[in-house]
Amino acid sequence: MTRTTRTAATRTPPVRTSPVRWLRRNAVVVAGTLALCYLMLPNVVVLVFSFNQPKGRFNYTWNHFSTDAWQHPCGVADMCGSLGLSLRIAVYSTIGATLLGTLTAFALARYRFRGRGATNMLIFLPMAMPEVVMGASLGTLFLNMRIRFGFWTILIAHVMFCLSFVVVAVKARLASMDPRLEEAAQDLYATPLQTFWRITLPLAAPGIAAGALLSFALSFDDYIITSFNAGSAVTFPMFVWGSAQRGTPVQVNVIGTAMFVLAVLLVVAGQFAGGRRRSARRTV
Amino acid sequence: MTAPRTDPPAAAPDDAAPGTGPDAAGAAPDAVRLTGLGKSYGSFTAVHPLDLAVPAGSFFALLGASGCGKTTTLRMIAGLEEPSTGTVALGGRDVTALPPYKRPVNTVFQHYALFPHLDVHENVAFGLRRRGVKGVKEQVAEMLELVQLGGLARRKPHQLSGGQQQRVAVARALINKPEVLLLDEPLGALDLKLRRQMQLELKRIQTEVGITFIHVTHDQEEAMTMADTVAVMNAGRVEQLGAPADLYENPGSTFVANFLGTSNLIEAEVTGTSGTDLTLVSAGQRLTLPAARCRTAVGPGGRVLAGVRPEKITLVHGDDAAAIPEGRNRVPGRITGSGFTGVATGYVVDSPVCPELEVVVPNVERDSRLVPGAPVVLHWNPAHTFGLDAAQDIDAGLDAGLDAGLEAEPAA
Amino acid sequence: MNPARRRLTPYLLLLAGVAWLLVFFVAPMVYQASTSVQTGSLDKGFRVTWHFATYWDALREYWPHFVRSLLYAGIATAACLAIGYPLAYMIAFRAGRWRNVVMVLVVAPFFTSFLIRTLAWETILADQGPVVRFLDAVHVLDVTSWLHVTQGHRVLATPLAVVCGLTYNFLPFMILPLYTSLERVDARLHEAAGDLYATALTTFRTVTFPLSLPGVVAGTLLTFIPASGDYINAELLGSTNQKMIGNVIQAQFLRVLDYPTAAALSFILMAAILAIVTVYIRRSGTEELV
Repeated sequence: MTRTTRTAATRTPPVRTSPVRWLRRNAVVVAGTLALCYLMLPNVVVLVFSFNQPKGRFNYTWNHFSTDAWQHPCGVADMCGSLGLSLRIAVYSTIGATLLGTLTAFALARYRFRGRGATNMLIFLPMAMPEVVMGASLGTLFLNMRIRFGFWTILIAHVMFCLSFVVVAVKARLASMDPRLEEAAQDLYATPLQTFWRITLPLAAPGIAAGALLSFALSFDDYIITSFNAGSAVTFPMFVWGSAQRGTPVQVNVIGTAMFVLAVLLVVAGQFAGGRRRSARRTV
Repeated sequence: MTAPRTDPPAAAPDDAAPGTGPDAAGAAPDAVRLTGLGKSYGSFTAVHPLDLAVPAGSFFALLGASGCGKTTTLRMIAGLEEPSTGTVALGGRDVTALPPYKRPVNTVFQHYALFPHLDVHENVAFGLRRRGVKGVKEQVAEMLELVQLGGLARRKPHQLSGGQQQRVAVARALINKPEVLLLDEPLGALDLKLRRQMQLELKRIQTEVGITFIHVTHDQEEAMTMADTVAVMNAGRVEQLGAPADLYENPGSTFVANFLGTSNLIEAEVTGTSGTDLTLVSAGQRLTLPAARCRTAVGPGGRVLAGVRPEKITLVHGDDAAAIPEGRNRVPGRITGSGFTGVATGYVVDSPVCPELEVVVPNVERDSRLVPGAPVVLHWNPAHTFGLDAAQDIDAGLDAGLDAGLEAEPAA
Repeated sequence: MNPARRRLTPYLLLLAGVAWLLVFFVAPMVYQASTSVQTGSLDKGFRVTWHFATYWDALREYWPHFVRSLLYAGIATAACLAIGYPLAYMIAFRAGRWRNVVMVLVVAPFFTSFLIRTLAWETILADQGPVVRFLDAVHVLDVTSWLHVTQGHRVLATPLAVVCGLTYNFLPFMILPLYTSLERVDARLHEAAGDLYATALTTFRTVTFPLSLPGVVAGTLLTFIPASGDYINAELLGSTNQKMIGNVIQAQFLRVLDYPTAAALSFILMAAILAIVTVYIRRSGTEELV
């Protein structure tokens, strides 16, 4: 009580903010926060329902709390097998796409050559193509080449559609790099190879990491293109898709939540590293 | 001989062969010798073939507006740019074909180009490590002391102020004990006060280590403060080369006269000679110009530009005109503007000979009658007059000095 | 480095990546083009007969799916822009020290399988769920069913559910480019505009929005293109009446095994998207996207 009177006494006449004025000034923040809630809602639902013990086969309505699924994440037949396949494919296609994409990005960012425009177009097209078209086309080709569908066909497809995203990420990073840094290295007796190894690569690393991370997420998450090129192999998204018809096991929610948490931790770590680097680039 | 309009004005000073300098026959070879060095990009010539010799141990400045070819010249010396013609020799050895990492020169880059992922210590150690030199740690510590950065070895470049970054860049280059240190607008990113301070510090370091410095800048004051020799570049050519005081007192072209400080250029006609002087007339006013200070050979009837620096002129109120001693160049006029700068007051005077004569009067005893509108008489010692070829553009170098060469840019 | 080697370097760097795309992206497209004009059956095999009628037949039979796809994708893109812009703006200018946290929350859903998240919408929009019961109680569903975007007392298996799912799924693709271009806008420009008598709204209309236009264009493309080819949302959240062209292509390819029709449909979709995108980029005047 005394506190309020004192502050009222010392302060000059308080600025009265009507709720309407407050809302007008913060409308963007309110709308943005609502949008964020919309974005987060499904993840919250997935999290909550990972602790559900559904009545029937369908995990759509809340029954009662249980940690069964968290204790036995592999308690469902085939699920962890498909998860393993997805992870393996994601790792390999990330390596492949990052390698090829980085080389391509270097060529595009550092050299002027005939066919540069056409190459840029070729890189852009897969990103501007509906997945269903890409998946069906590649599937048709494999089918007619009598190539057996499975691990390898999925891997080829994933490298193909991840490649462009890596190129874009690395190219952007290289473009924002000061070319004088490489000249400075050469001026300080570094041979072209040493310059690349000690200056260019460390500085391009955040872009390469971003591209690799994106590749991993895209590959791990892909259903559409994979479904056209998998044959009898079952990746994790394909398992989820199949189970959606029969009733999804709670364990799917467990995996989803675990991946979300892992991703948040990863992105936080990446933000930390990237944030430090970014501020470095701004001042230099 | 009246100056016929045969030569384009820019080419005229070229004939004076700015390059070759003190002839190197005999004495120690020059630190840097450029022979016919030129660079063109397609049809655009960035640097016309030029000859230049920089004596060892000197502080040499390449001065010019941006786009004049000075940075390109520097980069060709460093090996970062391949010359279209000519050769680069360092200490008597032809290095034209060598890549940058095999040349005994180091560069302080514009905006420093410090490696953002390495700390100060590693930045400075970079060159030593690439050459496999022993005792890196001690040398780096010593060098950081020289540039007064002892305590900051473990900082990253972005944690340093502009002035500190600049010192790191200098240390990183100097530690390699290059035969020549190249500085590309090294002070451009600093504020005025810091720039002044770093100018003196760079000069100190240069005297201390005795390495040849080649300094590229668009700041004429900086070039004159620091360098022993200044080469003024314009449109890919060296307009004039010499010691700062010599360039200032005896500009060879309107570009140099306007770009280096301020010059009052008066169009005049030669009427005759008296002893070692030329007599001129401009708008009815008789002026005297020492024949030795006239850059162009003209006889009676020919036209010259008579130049005089603003600080050489004395300004008196029209009422006191009678007190002006004999034998001085005098011009009447009327004050149209004035500006107080602390040490001095600058006046703009409208006179029959030139609509905008600039005069700088030291603030010793201020005459309160000298206000805009007041009738005045300007007078100066004729020996301070210099003569230039009237066939040149009288305004050359004016906007280049003010604004970093926006005019030169579209060509590049 | 000698000049000849230097001229070759970019090609050597490109070799693997470009070859990969040529073999596994361009070649399949060309092959798909030839498939679309083949006739035959599974047992006897397919042969190129320049049978362009496949296109005509496909279009005649499935035009409602095309219209529906482009319509749903268009509405979802507009909704993404409406929802994503305030969020991107908030992150760029108003989030302060929360900026990184919010960015993490925007990017993180990317990493949870989007099938799982779409299935979560089934839970959220379930017939007896709190959301639907609330909407029903406040008579929103009456209005929406009068507009034919929902049916009766349910949201699932209606166009609203599909568009809602599409909007949700592609929202991050809108927010990220928007944020990237908004981040580059100097906040001092807002002050300068205010200083020059612009109200907050005028400032946005005349300064901020025009400067963010590259982000708007990139974001709408990144949303519209995948949304128009999507079939997951229609499959999981819609009924047979909300099938999009992606569902048809998938079914023709994987179940009916009518490859020429699937190929023809793919090419019609591609052509439609290309036409729309070209017109759009021309009109928005930002052709330097690539």
